[in-house]
Amino acid sequence: MPRGKKKLPEVSSGSMADIAFLLLIFFLVTTTIANDKGILLRLPPPPDPLQEQLDIKIPDRNIFTILANSKDQLLVEGEPFEGSMDDLKNDVKKFILNFGKPTPDGIEIYNSLPPQMKAFVNANGRNPESSDDPTSLKSIVSFKSARGTSYDLYVGILDAMNAAYNEVYASRVGITTEEWLSLDRSNSMQKEMYSRGRSGIPRAISIAEPD
Amino acid sequence: MPKFKKNSNTSEDIPTAALPDIIFMLLFFFMVTTVMRETDIMVKQKIPRATQLTKIERKSLVSYIYVGEPKNVSLYGSEPKIQINDVFITAEDIIGFVNTEKDKLDEVERDQITMSMKVDVDVKMGIISDVQQELRKANALKILYSTIKRVAEK
Repeated sequence: MPRGKKKLPEVSSGSMADIAFLLLIFFLVTTTIANDKGILLRLPPPPDPLQEQLDIKIPDRNIFTILANSKDQLLVEGEPFEGSMDDLKNDVKKFILNFGKPTPDGIEIYNSLPPQMKAFVNANGRNPESSDDPTSLKSIVSFKSARGTSYDLYVGILDAMNAAYNEVYASRVGITTEEWLSLDRSNSMQKEMYSRGRSGIPRAISIAEPD
Repeated sequence: MPKFKKNSNTSEDIPTAALPDIIFMLLFFFMVTTVMRETDIMVKQKIPRATQLTKIERKSLVSYIYVGEPKNVSLYGSEPKIQINDVFITAEDIIGFVNTEKDKLDEVERDQITMSMKVDVDVKMGIISDVQQELRKANALKILYSTIKRVAEK
């Protein structure tokens, strides 16, 4: 090159800062801080020795029993269960929305249901051998595990039971389960939706002590 | 090429005045978002997956209980153990632990305390139910089984 050394063309780096900022802002917006999430459960209060144990008789038809043994085998409503957790969820949902012999409160709840849920009830429910209605003490989902049951299965069943309830609540207010779970209770409108979904149908999940 | 040479008297330095700001911003970002891990977890923690997750609304009300097989099997054996803070405890000690945790909270919030159970998938239910019985005695009735979101297969 007789003309002498040519200067190397330089890339202008003035916009580096902008690029960096853009990246930073992108990550700022997209990062979700790992938050502790999980399945919430309320334990029953400890038995009070001074108080007489109230013996409330609940007919068998109003209790949906799930038993798990040490080999992780399931007994659902007295019969061995081989299906998936999704099937279990659907069984629980059918049980909750059975309306076999509704009380006045139950009839009121039934009348407040959206049409597609009424159709669901009429197609799957109305079984006199299953729960009366979804109100308090008329449908209880009970789960009993053994000491040797794996925690994985326990969580899976707890998840299925909660999923059934959440599905019922969500379809009552006409949203998907995902949307239901992300309802923000500090927002008054969403809180109203939340209490509307849950009103009259308590999450009656009973976890029995393993023996 | 005189036309182009004219420009060469402009400064070619990168203005670095904004660099400190960038660094500071990054710094603040990580400062704000970092959660200090104050305990050294000594048990295996393969958290199960589930779909119906609830978020914890107030982090200050949460205390953690770790259950799993000890990582150091030669020292602690392979039976699942309960860990709180930095020590292994037995189920009977849980009442004391709950009470110290409750003391840290305001009086009005004490019964709102949430125990987050971080349990390994390979643990059997026996030890979990022991823990739960003790929690009932200690009147810490809100439990959160810590799980990871499972993407629904549909």
